[in-house]
Parts: sequence; C-alpha cells; structure tokens
Amino acid sequence: MLEYIISKYNFWIYVILMMIGLYAMMGKRNFVKKLIGMNIFQSAIILFFVSTGVKAGATVPILSGHGHGHGHELIEVAKYINPLPHVLMLTAIVVSIATTGVALAVLILIYRRYNTLEEDEILKIRKDTGV
Amino acid sequence: MIWQLDLILLLFVLICAIGALTVKDLLGAVIILGAYSFFMCILWTEMGAVDVAFTEAAVGAGIGTVLFIAAVSKTKRRSKD
Repeated sequence: MLEYIISKYNFWIYVILMMIGLYAMMGKRNFVKKLIGMNIFQSAIILFFVSTGVKAGATVPILSGHGHGHGHELIEVAKYINPLPHVLMLTAIVVSIATTGVALAVLILIYRRYNTLEEDEILKIRKDTGV
Repeated sequence: MIWQLDLILLLFVLICAIGALTVKDLLGAVIILGAYSFFMCILWTEMGAVDVAFTEAAVGAGIGTVLFIAAVSKTKRRSKD
C-alpha cells in the first residue's frame, strides 16, 4: 500500500494542491485570497491533465529528420510525448486568465461600493443597511 | 522526466501555494503567486510540454501578476486572513 502511494507521488501532490485551492475558495474571508485559491485550483487541474501525456523515454513532440520531399515515412509514436493534452490545456490557461481579469474587475467594483474586501464585513453592512 | 527534479519542483510549487495563502500582505501574496506560476512553468518544461510552459510564463506569470498588482493597488493592501 505504501509502495503504491509513493510510486504515484505526483498525483498525490496534484490532489493536495487542488485541495489547498478549494480550501482557499471556501475558507478564506478576503476576496483576493479567494481568487488566488481559484488560480491555484485551476493550475493544479491543468497540471494533472498535462501530466497524463508524459511517456517514459519520449521526447518533445516536434518531428525531426522528416524533412521535405519524402513525407511518407512511418513515425514512431512511442518516441514522442502525446501533444493532445498540451493543446487542450493551452486553451484552459488563456480562459483562466480571462476569468481572473473579470473577477478582478468585479472586485474593484465591490470595493468602490462597500469600501472593504472582507466577506464578513460586507455581509454585516448588507444586513445593517437592509440592501 | 527525472523524478528527483520533478519531486523538488513539486515541493517548491506546494510551498509557494501555501505561502501565497498564508501571507497577510496582499501584494506579497500576489508576488508569491507569480513565483508559483514560474515554478509551474519550469515543471511543464521538465514534462516536455514546452508550448504550455511558454504560455504559462507569458500569460500566467506575466499578465496575471500585472492584473493582480493593478487590482491590489486600486483596493486595500491589508488582509485579515
């Protein structure tokens, strides 16, 4: 059992990172801290997805030696890392930065209205004023 | 993939994640988050995903940190937790 856990150490660390992010999103009171937690959560998932494409003894997925002219040679797939997760996660990174930008804009609006970024203080203000 | 390097980088990433959440100064937390993104970028280069590493270095560590710093400078710098 212990051997099984140690042999898959990278997956355990990804899960720990994901749980750190989830805890920050739910447990922290400051909105910027919540956003940092969301970033950590997203990049942990992206890390897990990219790591599924790794092969032992393989190299970067760029063809070498298959130049112009004779283009019908067989490519040994086992020698190259699977590039499909990379391409999918490239999109996910860009989406994550767009989400962060919108969230920060909303954050600035919240600060202008309530003059604080702590969740409990905002809830108290809303309760007191009845808005 | 060298497993010793992989483990050390993963531990650095973990330390940066915990540090970004425990520091009470928000500007410091954001800069630690930038360091986290850079370690992530090195980790992806080590995994052979060079295109993802490029994007992470430019978009995640670069633009992300700039956006965060701009937002923190427009709002409050201290955090209660």
